[in-house]
Amino acid sequence: MSKVFRFKGGVHPRDRKELSRDKAIEPAPLPERLVVPLSQHIGAPCEPVVSQGDTVKKGQKIGEARGFVSVPVHAPTSGKVIKIDSFPHPLGKDLPAIEIEPDGLDTCADGAGGQEDFASLSPDELRAIIREKGIVGMGGATFPTHVKLSPPEGKPIDTLIINGAECEPYLTADYRLMLEEPEKVITGMRIMKTILGVERAFIAIEKNKPEAIDAVKGVLGPDSREATVVPLEVKYPQGAEKQLIKTIVNREVPPSGGLPMDVGVLVQNVGTAAAVDQAVRLGIPLIERVVTVTGEGIREPKNLRVRIGTPVGSLLEACGGFRETPGKLVLGGPMMGISQYTTEVPVIKGTSGVLVLPRSRVRLEEARTCIRCGTCVRVCPMNLLPNFIGTFASRGLFDQAERYYALDCIECGSCAFSCPAKIPLVHLIKYAKAEIMAKKRKK
Amino acid sequence: MNDQRFVVSASPHLRSEESVPRIMGSVLIALAPATVTGIYLFGFHALLIVLVCTGSAMAIEALTQKAMGKRVTITDWSAAVTGLLLALNLPPGSPWWMALIGAALAIVLGKQIYGGLGNNPFNPALVARVVLLISFPVQMTTWWKPTSSFFNVADAVTSATPLGAMKTHLMLKGSLEGFTMTGLIGPLVGNVGGCIGEVSVIALAIGGVYLLARRVISWHIPVAFLGTVLVAATVVWVINPHRFINPLFHLVTGGLFLGAVFMATDLVTSPVTGPGMILFGVGCGLITFIIRDFGGYPEGVSFSILLMNATTPLIDRLTAPKPFGWVESKET
Repeated sequence: MSKVFRFKGGVHPRDRKELSRDKAIEPAPLPERLVVPLSQHIGAPCEPVVSQGDTVKKGQKIGEARGFVSVPVHAPTSGKVIKIDSFPHPLGKDLPAIEIEPDGLDTCADGAGGQEDFASLSPDELRAIIREKGIVGMGGATFPTHVKLSPPEGKPIDTLIINGAECEPYLTADYRLMLEEPEKVITGMRIMKTILGVERAFIAIEKNKPEAIDAVKGVLGPDSREATVVPLEVKYPQGAEKQLIKTIVNREVPPSGGLPMDVGVLVQNVGTAAAVDQAVRLGIPLIERVVTVTGEGIREPKNLRVRIGTPVGSLLEACGGFRETPGKLVLGGPMMGISQYTTEVPVIKGTSGVLVLPRSRVRLEEARTCIRCGTCVRVCPMNLLPNFIGTFASRGLFDQAERYYALDCIECGSCAFSCPAKIPLVHLIKYAKAEIMAKKRKK
Repeated sequence: MNDQRFVVSASPHLRSEESVPRIMGSVLIALAPATVTGIYLFGFHALLIVLVCTGSAMAIEALTQKAMGKRVTITDWSAAVTGLLLALNLPPGSPWWMALIGAALAIVLGKQIYGGLGNNPFNPALVARVVLLISFPVQMTTWWKPTSSFFNVADAVTSATPLGAMKTHLMLKGSLEGFTMTGLIGPLVGNVGGCIGEVSVIALAIGGVYLLARRVISWHIPVAFLGTVLVAATVVWVINPHRFINPLFHLVTGGLFLGAVFMATDLVTSPVTGPGMILFGVGCGLITFIIRDFGGYPEGVSFSILLMNATTPLIDRLTAPKPFGWVESKET
């Protein structure tokens, strides 16, 4: 048991994980149509390599990566390409995607061989596989994993942290994965340790998931030298990369654009580790992921193994539809997820949850003036002054917002969650960040 | 399925239960012990003042907002808090019309003129109190002994406040020789002359503990304020006990507790960061101490808080924290 440090701030929303925590992962039914966006990660979108009318097989590459910070996308099942066009995307706009009509056979593409003995491969070969199989960060930020695993010369990594905190309320996908398939997570971790050449690894899990902690420890075995399982204080945003690093190794990632690699640490989500394991050992590309479909507005919350590109609507049907008039549909968790206007949006590589809040629970409260109570200052895990940044943003004073470190905001939502005046602080700070970045680009 | 209409808004999609009306309600609850004690000690007239101040503060807020064509926001209870705080800061024998003028001053001059809740630089109740103090010096410095007859105002016996008595003695005699200090028990339970809500330290402390537990206020301002007065008063008392009164006497008399727990901690007019609040509290304590021990007035809590209110924006700028990652931390 290693010493755990604390990070400043944070909040304690009711976690509501009981809605879905005991539901074993089950495969979601294949939908009638799959919509696979060509842009599923931070970085350059893909170039389609199939055309309308083509037949594709499961796991076949259908979009090719462009540039280093980019990964390909693959067909989630076998079938026919209906069209390549703009479709609603979880980010809230229409973006290019490939629409596939499944043939129901799920025929695998040829040559998808894996390498059980991953230790026989060089780090570069492993990185190439991880890129070729379309692996990105599955915690939500969807940063291409091979890029993260390629730290530059001057930044030696000495610690790998596998992030199983899952601090977002409602979500239980990572929990089920650790509980049901801990060996995938551990093997994925071993592969990443091999690539990085690091000795020290931690697996971080919040204390409210004791079964997951036991499952992971069970695979590691007693007195394992491979990794230390760290039970974490239950506090949001415990799973945020910088806060996690602070908690486990007491290092603070430098502000204003610093990265974990600046302090010799790499953080990977448990889902990413499992995906790396599947890609390297079995040659399976990232074509499905575990998604928690939950919320008080859904009849039967579940943890589903979902093909990338599945429209959210078909998942809602698989969970018995709406319990009452829905008010909000969120992809991701309630604190950082993005609210949707249509059930046509597809699940993408970074979709950890589908959350349905009933109309009765969606309170559209009018924001009052700030009463300077300082709650947001107290809860901000980045030690910012959200109230001032928000005020500057609403008055168009973006230089001032920048001086108050708006760009260091991690958009965790703790401030807006706890604001008694119900001021949409995250919204205002995002706006300030966008304006500051736009100005920087002009220079 | 697709005819569903969803609300689309920025994250987060959860909100805590905390709200402005709830915070103001908590302050009202926290003020209950001091209010009830004051009414019990000073009788019916104190109750009248409490009702006039609180009621007219709310009515005047509604009227001014209507007149300005703004949304009426008296249901956020902030006007009620201002009115009640003003009442607790007035002498029990205050005429009702003075209470009414005070409430109008607090709401119009202290709050609405700046744009309403959240925009006022000075504590509205204290703005009103100080204007009344310089406009009606006689009424504002006429003190009653706590009475045993609830309804009979004519029975009220005037008496000096402990601080006033000390100041007078000092001025007449040039030293504290022969001054018999009020026991410390009187001010604890409220058995002394003073404003309606300032006399019982215990009642105020109960309210303060409640506000701390509810996390409406933090410990920084009260501790820094009271601590500074205690330390500064101790230093001069040790140097010259004939000229300066026992520091514990300072601590329990006058408006110090009411000020430190309820007036200086006013959310709108105090700094937002912990270090800033400490600075603010220390400033309040120093000014209070200087006025009490060296100034012309027997009491300086109201002035000290108003003066420090003026420095709040500056303190906020001075104490703006460095973001996460600036601190060199010990690595493992």
